[in-house]
Amino acid sequence: MSISRRKFLGWIGAAGIGSTVGKSALASGNKHFEGYPGSFGVLHDISRCVGCRSCEAACNKVNDLPVPDKAFTDISVLDEKRRTTSKAYTVVNRYDVAGKKEPVFRKNQCNHCLEPACASVCFVRAFKKTPTGAVTYDPNVCVGCRYCMIACPFEIPAYEYNKALEPRVMKCTMCYPRISKGQLPGCVEACPVEALTFGKREDLLMIARERIRKYPDRYINHIYGETEMGGTNWLYISGVAFSDIGMREDLGVTPAPELTSGALAAVPVVAGLWPVLLMGIYAISKRKESISQQEIEDAVRAVSDKADSELAQALAKARKEQEAAVRKEVRKALEEAARSRDKEDI
Amino acid sequence: MSDKAANDAKTWFTPFNVISGTIIIIGIVITILRFTRGLGAVTNLSDNNPWGIWIGFDLLVGVALAAGGYVTSAAVYIFGMKKYHSAVRPAVLTGFLGYALVVVALNYDVGIPWRLPYPFIYQGTTSFLFEVAACVALYLTVLFLEFMPAPLEWLGLKKVRELAVKLTMVLTVLGVIISTLHQSSLGAIFLIAPSKLHPLWYSPYLPTFFFISSIIAGLSMVIFESTLSHHYFADKMDEVHIKENEGVTLGFGKAASLVLAGYFMIKIIGIAGGNNWNLLGTSYGLWFLVELLGFVALPSFLYAVGVRNKDLTLIKWTAVWTVLGVVINRLNVSLIAFNWQLPSSQRYFPSWMEIAISVFVVTVGIVVFRFIVTRMPVFYEHPDYKDKH
Repeated sequence: MSISRRKFLGWIGAAGIGSTVGKSALASGNKHFEGYPGSFGVLHDISRCVGCRSCEAACNKVNDLPVPDKAFTDISVLDEKRRTTSKAYTVVNRYDVAGKKEPVFRKNQCNHCLEPACASVCFVRAFKKTPTGAVTYDPNVCVGCRYCMIACPFEIPAYEYNKALEPRVMKCTMCYPRISKGQLPGCVEACPVEALTFGKREDLLMIARERIRKYPDRYINHIYGETEMGGTNWLYISGVAFSDIGMREDLGVTPAPELTSGALAAVPVVAGLWPVLLMGIYAISKRKESISQQEIEDAVRAVSDKADSELAQALAKARKEQEAAVRKEVRKALEEAARSRDKEDI
Repeated sequence: MSDKAANDAKTWFTPFNVISGTIIIIGIVITILRFTRGLGAVTNLSDNNPWGIWIGFDLLVGVALAAGGYVTSAAVYIFGMKKYHSAVRPAVLTGFLGYALVVVALNYDVGIPWRLPYPFIYQGTTSFLFEVAACVALYLTVLFLEFMPAPLEWLGLKKVRELAVKLTMVLTVLGVIISTLHQSSLGAIFLIAPSKLHPLWYSPYLPTFFFISSIIAGLSMVIFESTLSHHYFADKMDEVHIKENEGVTLGFGKAASLVLAGYFMIKIIGIAGGNNWNLLGTSYGLWFLVELLGFVALPSFLYAVGVRNKDLTLIKWTAVWTVLGVVINRLNVSLIAFNWQLPSSQRYFPSWMEIAISVFVVTVGIVVFRFIVTRMPVFYEHPDYKDKH
C-alpha cells in the first residue's frame, strides 16, 4: 500500500488537531482560573453582623438538620468559639477585639473555593465545583476517608462519626437546591441586618470595593476571599483585622490543586522511566556477572592449556628418554649377543 | 493434674498463645463496637482531627515498614546481589502481610469500608490518595504473586510453581515502580495542607523524603526481622540461611548507613529550601532536631561503626533504633506536627480502643507470619527445589 502525500498530510493534520483537543492534564501553566463566569457568591459584611444567629436557625431549617441542644435564640452559645459540625453547616462566633468597645460577630461556613481543596483530594470525585459557584457533595460515592477534612484550609467539612451505617461528610452547599431554583440561600434570606448579600461574585467584589471606598473608616482595605487560596465565592469585608476574628491570613493565594500538581506530574514520569532504569541496572549487573564468569573460564582455560602443553612436553621427553633407553638396551643386548657369538665361533 | 492435662496445657497455653489470644479477643470486641456503633464510639477522632493512629500508624508506618519486600528483591534480582538471596522470602512475606494488614486496618478507618473499591470506579485522579489506593491494591497483588512459590512448594504444585518463578523478574520491576510511587505518594498526601503541617515537616520534598526513608525502613526491618526470626525460628532455618545471615546484616547495615546519610542531607536541604532555620530554636524545632540528629544522623554513624568493626550486635540494635525513627517521622507528619496551631484542648490523642485495634492488627500479622514460616519453605529451601531459582 502506498501512502499519498495528501493522505499523509491529512493524518499529520488530524494528529495535530487531536493533540490540541481535550484538557491539559497538567495544572501548572500561565493560565489562571478566575472562577466560572457569572457564578454566585455571598458577601458577608462583618461590620454589620449583630450575632443574632438567625442565619444558623434558617440554615438548620432549610437543610433539615437535627434540632440543637440549645435553642437558636440562646445567645450564651456565643461564649465559646465554635466550628462547623455535622449538625451545623454554619456558626456565628463572637470576638472581643482590643480597642473596640463592641464585640465583633463573624459567620463561618464553607467558603466555596474557586478551586476547592476538597474536590482536588477526593479520590471518588464526590465533591464538585458547579458553575453556580456552589461546591456540592455526593454522599452516594463517598468512601469516608475524610481526606477532604485534612485538605480544607478553612476547616469546614465535618463528619458523622456517630453513624455506623453510611456516615456522611457534612458541609454548607450554598443552598445549591435553592439557588438552582432561583431562591436565596437560607441564611441570606434570614439575615435581618443585610450583613449577607447574595449575588454574582464579580458584582459582589464591586459592591465590597465601593463600600470600602465610601467608608474608609469603617472597613480595612481588604476583601477576604478575593485571592485567599486562589479565591473563594464567599467574600468578607471587616472593620478589624481578619486575624483578630479567627480568620487565617497566612493561607497564601495559591489554589489548592497547584500544591500537588508538580508532584502529580512526576508520577507518569516515574512510571515511564523506572522500567528503563531498572532493566538497565539489571542488564549491567547481568553483564558484569557474565563477564566475570567469562574471565574465570578464560583463566581456567589458560591454566589448563598451559598444564596440558607442559604435560605433553614432559610426556614427549619421557617417551624420548624411554625410547633412547630402550634403544640403548637393545643395542647393548645385540652387542652382547654378537660378542658371545664371536666367542662361540672361536 | 494428670500427665495428659499437663501435656495439653503445654501445647496450647504458651505465653505467646495466651497474650496473642487475649489481644485478639479484645480486638474482636472492639471490632463489633466499631461496626455497630460507628467511629465515634471507639475513636477520639474529631472534625479538626479526622485522621488518627489508624492512618498515622497503621497506614503510614505500616506501608513504610513493609518496604523490606521491594528493597530486598530489588537488591537480589535487579542489582544482582545474589548473596542476599535467602533474605528475599522472609522479606517478601513480611511485605505481603504488612500490606494486607494495612488494607484490613483501612476497613476500620474509612466510614464506609464496603465502598473501598469505589476509587477504581469514580477515579479521582487528582488525589494522591487515589495514587496510594491504586498502588496498594496493585502491589498487594504483586507481593502475593512474588510469594506464591513458597506455598506452591509447600503444596507440591510443581508446574504452577515453575510459572510463578518465571514471573520473578517482571514482578520485581513492577514492585519497585509501584513502591516508588506509593511510598512517595504517602508523603505527597500532605502537600495539600501547608497551613496545617508545621513548616519544619512540610516541604515540597515530602514525597522524596517518604520514598528515601522507606528504603531506610525496609533495610532496617530486614535486619530487625532476621534478628527476631533467628531467635524464635532458628530450628526452621537451613544452613544456607544461617550462613548468609551475617552477610545480609553487614551488607544491609552498610546500605542503610549510606542511605541515612543521603536522607540527612536532603532533610537539611529541606530546611534550607524553606529557610526555616529560625524555627529550630522553638519547641517544635527541638523535637525536629531530636528526629534529625537522634534518629537519622546517629543511626547512620552507628551503622557505619557497626559495619567497620563487624559488630553485629551494634548493627541489630541500630536497626531497631532506625525503625523507631521512621515510626516517629510518620507520626510527626501525620499527627504530632499536624494541626500544630490548634490549641492543646483541640489536639488529638488516641483512645485506648484505637491503640488496641492497632495492636490487634499487628498481633494478627505476627500470628499469621508464625503460621506460615512454621509450615512453608521460607527460612529454608525446599529439598525438591534446591538451586532452582
